[in-house]
Amino acid sequence: MVGHGKAAVHFDAVTKRFGDVVALDEVSLAIARGEFMTLLGPSGCGKTTLLKLAAGFLGPDRGSIAIDGKCVNDVPTYKREIGMMFQNYALFPHMNVADNVAYGLKTRRVPRQECRRRVAEVLALVKLKGMEDRKPRQLSGGQQQRVALARALVINPTVLLLDEPFSALDKNLRLDMQIEIKEIQRKLGLTTIFVTHDQSEALSLSDRMAVMSEGRIRQLGTPRDVYRRPRDRFVASFVGDSNRLRGRLVNVTAAGAVIALGNAQVKVPGEAFSGAAADHPVDLFVRPERLRLVDASAPGAICGQVVAQVYQGGHVDLQIDCKASGHDRLLVRSSGDQAIARWPLGAAVGIAIDADGCAAFPAE
Amino acid sequence: MTPRSTYQRLLGWGGQCVIALILAFMILPAIVVTIAAFNDKAILSFPPQAWSWRWFGRALAYPDFRDGFRNGLIVTAWASTIALLVGAMFAFVIDRYSFPFKRALEGVLVSPLVIPHFTIGLGFLILAAGIGWSRGFAVVVACHVVLVLPFVLRSVYVSLKNLDQGLEHAAASLGASPLRVLLTVTLPLLLPGLVSGWLFAAILSFNEFTASLFVTSQRTQTLPVAMYNYVREFADPSMAALSVMYIVATAALIAFANSFLGLGKVLNIEQRE
Repeated sequence: MVGHGKAAVHFDAVTKRFGDVVALDEVSLAIARGEFMTLLGPSGCGKTTLLKLAAGFLGPDRGSIAIDGKCVNDVPTYKREIGMMFQNYALFPHMNVADNVAYGLKTRRVPRQECRRRVAEVLALVKLKGMEDRKPRQLSGGQQQRVALARALVINPTVLLLDEPFSALDKNLRLDMQIEIKEIQRKLGLTTIFVTHDQSEALSLSDRMAVMSEGRIRQLGTPRDVYRRPRDRFVASFVGDSNRLRGRLVNVTAAGAVIALGNAQVKVPGEAFSGAAADHPVDLFVRPERLRLVDASAPGAICGQVVAQVYQGGHVDLQIDCKASGHDRLLVRSSGDQAIARWPLGAAVGIAIDADGCAAFPAE
Repeated sequence: MTPRSTYQRLLGWGGQCVIALILAFMILPAIVVTIAAFNDKAILSFPPQAWSWRWFGRALAYPDFRDGFRNGLIVTAWASTIALLVGAMFAFVIDRYSFPFKRALEGVLVSPLVIPHFTIGLGFLILAAGIGWSRGFAVVVACHVVLVLPFVLRSVYVSLKNLDQGLEHAAASLGASPLRVLLTVTLPLLLPGLVSGWLFAAILSFNEFTASLFVTSQRTQTLPVAMYNYVREFADPSMAALSVMYIVATAALIAFANSFLGLGKVLNIEQRE
């Protein structure tokens, strides 16, 4: 946990209501200097509200927000020294690229010479040299986004706020821009808050991520932590693909809990089961790459039938119907493409579970 | 191309004929007036036997028309400008804030659309007499402001609705104070809506007759009122000549608005780029 003194942005027990709806419920979060923090969650989880509170477009009902150690509850947006990238870029349509980028410098009364130099520098950084005189509508989506980034960066903000900036781009461009923004962010050491509903963006970009739902942070941690050790069933199902299997608790020891799935047994971390009685029904969440296809006759395997094969280039996704074994349809991810020939459609297969990397929670 | 049946072809022809007839019907009065304006005789007859420009000269020289034109411009300039300022502020408040009786306020502001103009004119006349206001330009301007306000309000309101508030947020995030946001982002982007609102108001105010008849005096009468007073006494083609000039001037204004501002933008019927 980051100490309050060192935090670039610190939300302390922030609550925000819209009428009867509680958008944020006593959320606390400290973001370290230079950290790339992602707020991830479905729409309506409060992630955008949290970002707007940081920007000052909204004020908290309770709690406090500090930027650079100073409480900004009563500081209006224009005095907060933030840089923000909007979902639709929000470029000023009546200004050209250079004027858009220079806008934040002019409000700060930066001398004209220096202003021109800094605009040129930042346009070079985002690879938009020579576009100074274009109007936003004459640019492609990716170029517009670079202008938006340049406009936010040129003022050397204390914190960079990104509001789903990639959602309007097509897939290839999106990956390029993600890599580029991440590189620039690291190079400048910029504290960044990134809002997204796309879990793969969150996993690939973040230093740490906060998974949110219903106005609360459900889990805060590195992408690896969150993916491998989801703290609750919401995080387990929202971040990454996962299969849910119904099992029974065998016993809980200091070393972990043992779950029985038919003939197979799986060992998982035990925290979620303190006080749970043996034989309690359990939901086991297993990543598709943690399932292996084996012969249907293999001991302890869950039996099923291949109902779909989805070729993905680097890997193959197989859908296995396991109704006969009492489970739903399961997704098995197999690297390479041998699985297509080996397990044809309709084939009876067995599924083995890698004991490592499962998450289990008492069934509701 | 797929072959069309006789029935379909007839239907197509019929449709085109109906459209042509509707268009002809719409411009017929203007054509009749234009032809009558060039009649040499001192009566409004149709069709004319001999042709002349002289009624144009008379219309331009007639003192009541000259005064009416000048008065009309004064009233129009004041009324549409005041209506623009007041209407824009109301539109802003209605778009951005929620408060009790907001619907009622909107209703009151657009009510001149459904209240007959003579009622409004009569009301202002009685009011002016009641509070001892002399029948000068102030009464006429005040009356016209009320009449054209709904159009300005509507025009600015639509522009505000089309304005992405994210742009204002972006400007604020870049360090612009609320006043600076208004001057550098909001107003420039609202400009087409403001111009269109002003233009609408100006055209309506300049052409307004019914209410003006009540609130103008001999000294402040506007062009439509002067024209009305003229036809009560004379029946020569001066009126027709004046009408032709009216049509030409309006067409020129619209052509100007179209080429310099883009009519679609001005009328708010085109999506902004």
